[in-house]
Amino acid sequence: MIRPLIVIRRVPKIDFMRWHRFGFAFSLLLGAVSIGLFGTIGLNYGIDFKGGTLIEAKTQGPADLAAMRAKLDDLHIGEASLQGFGAPDEVLIRLPEQPGGDAGQMKAVELARQALGEGIEYRRTEVVGPSVGAELIRAGALATVLALVAILIYIWFRFEWQFGVGATISTIHDVVTTIGLFAIFQLEFNLTTLAAILTIAGYSINDTVVIYDRVREAMRRYRTMPFRELINLALNETLSRTILTVSTVALAVLSLLFFGGEVLKGFSIAMLWGIVIGTYSSLFIAAPIIYYIQPNRRAIAREAASGDPEPTRPPPSPPPTNRPRGAKS
Amino acid sequence: MLYFANWKVLLICGVCLLGVLFSLPNLFTPAQLAWLPNQVPHKQVALGLDLRGGSYLLLEVDVAAAQTEQLNSIIDNVRDALRNAKIGYTGLNVENNAIVFTIRDTDRIEDARAALTKIDPSLTLDLGPDGAGKMQFSALATDQRRSRAVEQSIEIIRRRIDETGTKEPTIQRQGADRILVELPGIDNPEHVKALLGKTAKLTFQLVDTSVTVDDARHGRMPPGDEILPAEERAQRTGQQPFYLVRKRVMVSGDTLTDAQATFQNNEAVVSFRFDTAGAKRFGDATRDNVGKPFAIVLDNKVISAPVIKEAILGGSGIISGSFTVQSASDLALLLRAGALPAPITILEERTVGPDLGADSIHAGAIACIVGVILVVIFMFLFYGLFGLFADIALMFNLCLMLGTLSLLGATLTLPGIAGIALTLGMAVDANVLIYERIREEMRGGRSMLSSLEAGFTRAFGTILDSHVTTLVAGILLYWLGSGPIKGFAVTLSIGVLTSLFSAILVTRLEIVSWLRRWKPREIPL
Repeated sequence: MIRPLIVIRRVPKIDFMRWHRFGFAFSLLLGAVSIGLFGTIGLNYGIDFKGGTLIEAKTQGPADLAAMRAKLDDLHIGEASLQGFGAPDEVLIRLPEQPGGDAGQMKAVELARQALGEGIEYRRTEVVGPSVGAELIRAGALATVLALVAILIYIWFRFEWQFGVGATISTIHDVVTTIGLFAIFQLEFNLTTLAAILTIAGYSINDTVVIYDRVREAMRRYRTMPFRELINLALNETLSRTILTVSTVALAVLSLLFFGGEVLKGFSIAMLWGIVIGTYSSLFIAAPIIYYIQPNRRAIAREAASGDPEPTRPPPSPPPTNRPRGAKS
Repeated sequence: MLYFANWKVLLICGVCLLGVLFSLPNLFTPAQLAWLPNQVPHKQVALGLDLRGGSYLLLEVDVAAAQTEQLNSIIDNVRDALRNAKIGYTGLNVENNAIVFTIRDTDRIEDARAALTKIDPSLTLDLGPDGAGKMQFSALATDQRRSRAVEQSIEIIRRRIDETGTKEPTIQRQGADRILVELPGIDNPEHVKALLGKTAKLTFQLVDTSVTVDDARHGRMPPGDEILPAEERAQRTGQQPFYLVRKRVMVSGDTLTDAQATFQNNEAVVSFRFDTAGAKRFGDATRDNVGKPFAIVLDNKVISAPVIKEAILGGSGIISGSFTVQSASDLALLLRAGALPAPITILEERTVGPDLGADSIHAGAIACIVGVILVVIFMFLFYGLFGLFADIALMFNLCLMLGTLSLLGATLTLPGIAGIALTLGMAVDANVLIYERIREEMRGGRSMLSSLEAGFTRAFGTILDSHVTTLVAGILLYWLGSGPIKGFAVTLSIGVLTSLFSAILVTRLEIVSWLRRWKPREIPL
């Protein structure tokens, strides 16, 4: 018989609720900073959203960035940005959006290709006109909002509304702080990043739902346990699952980050941040919110009485409590 | 728990087998596939342009410009109609997609209405009591015209691209006035873009030599004339930069039946041939104007303006005008394919060279393989034998994903590969939930079988909830995303569905078989 090599035997007894005020404060700060940065320095939008040109070129021998830049500057098509990309003979060239609408962009690529001359392999060329960029921003924002709404409706439908509110707040938190991460480090924000953000929303909800499921179950089972302890219990009971799932997803994302190539780097970074913040928010935001907007315990208990009979279990010894003043129970 | 209906076992095994069968072709090269018997599946996952290399172009048909042009041609009819009815008017012009004018004599408004409504039933006429008139296409007619313009454009674009010899192009309509063009294997689309960017509207118009271009520009423009620039190439060779030509078109390019690039006196030229109607009109026009120059106009630029030496009655001719071999053959191609009904702008271009595509596949495959290996080891470390069960299910999940993608003919993109890697990490979440639950039930003092049973049933609700939420995100991404992002949404959504199957049913079947075969007394968790 092959036994697991590593086993988390006992249910931990961590008093998560003790930290929830700190968590709220930290998240409020993080959220405020994110929104502030988004409002002031803003995001480093890729050409998907702001229009313009991106050329990934491979030169023969190490790339002479200065010479290439000089050639492009002679064209007077705005300030071209050149940067090394992976190998020394690979260059990423960005041209700003050109005047003259959609046709203007195409003209600029043609000029740039002519100026750079022969002997360059064009690995990737992306040109996005201003009209498409605006549409992509709109579609992206719409997708994010709709995803949140749809998920909220689903949770509302499956759980009590209080859980829906908690899940929505924690998911918005994750989305906002991910955007904040991209603002503070000025990482390029493009369509792939947007896909990552929506995936993060899905993942974060997933994590929250698992914990809420357990909270609800505990509410049915331990009808008299103080709510604060009940939440702690649910969090502790699901903790090993939380850690293991975060780990497997993190393993997948890390292998994408290290082996998936340059193009997927932004996506992987966003995802990595997302699973960390998503897990954090499930533990320290989503669960404590339920503490403040308590669902109707009697209704949930009644539901249980009519539903599947629970085995009689000895209530576990309550986790250590450091009950904050004025906390409800 | 031990009970598993036979048909269920068969179904689960069958689905797994199909998954393996349909994913297998992806391991072979197309040449190897050709050797396989016809009975086995041959379909491979279709690779997106970002993986196989190629060019993606999003075009927009400038429908408004086409409409303005149509109105410009109708304006002559309006002028004639009012003149024939002897109704005075001023300010006849095309503004904001409408023909505007003012009737001088307000007593004759009803006469004007009668004369104008006969012109075109798809035009609406708005004639105020002060004599201000406005004619425009009705909403229905506008829609119809837009639709027709886009469909015609697709047809013409297809012909032009086919002429360049591009293999397997995809040309499809997107939205009201957009056309999506995918050209696999093209790593420098400049030539195609240049071909698509030309409307290729060819006309033959008489040159007006009664006034010089300068005089015409300074207020002595003869009625019915326009000033057209010469083509850039012609300008560079020192010909005159502008021509004063009659607006009336002698013959237009839509009457051409053929065009070829040839040589005449060691110079690249384009020879063309008219259809019967075109030949007659060209013959008549040249007969009446011997000794005068006529302009060969392409997209409102004069290619050349030869003098008519004698009537050209044979229905064929030659366009010369400082062509290079390439530009002559391009022009011949454009003339053969026909003129676009409206100008086209390129809104978006994404081109990936074949090397980068191959590199991306390579990197993506390595990332997936490394990810799978790490997850497999991880699950084994933390769950032992049951971890192996989950790992086997994970392998089937991978096959099912690839098989479904191949079967559906869905396109795999680079973000799609990321979606696969991500799904693999998330797929074992269901196993983790089930196993953790079984452990808990065992800790709660349940018997072995009852813990297993409870673990699966209790975890199911949670698993379903978490999968549905991810699926919601996936579907929205598919709906609103474009290009490569759609690919991500496809793999994510398919992965959610297959992992629901593999993590719950396949794992369960494995455990039940293990129980039956080995009759263990405890669960190694």
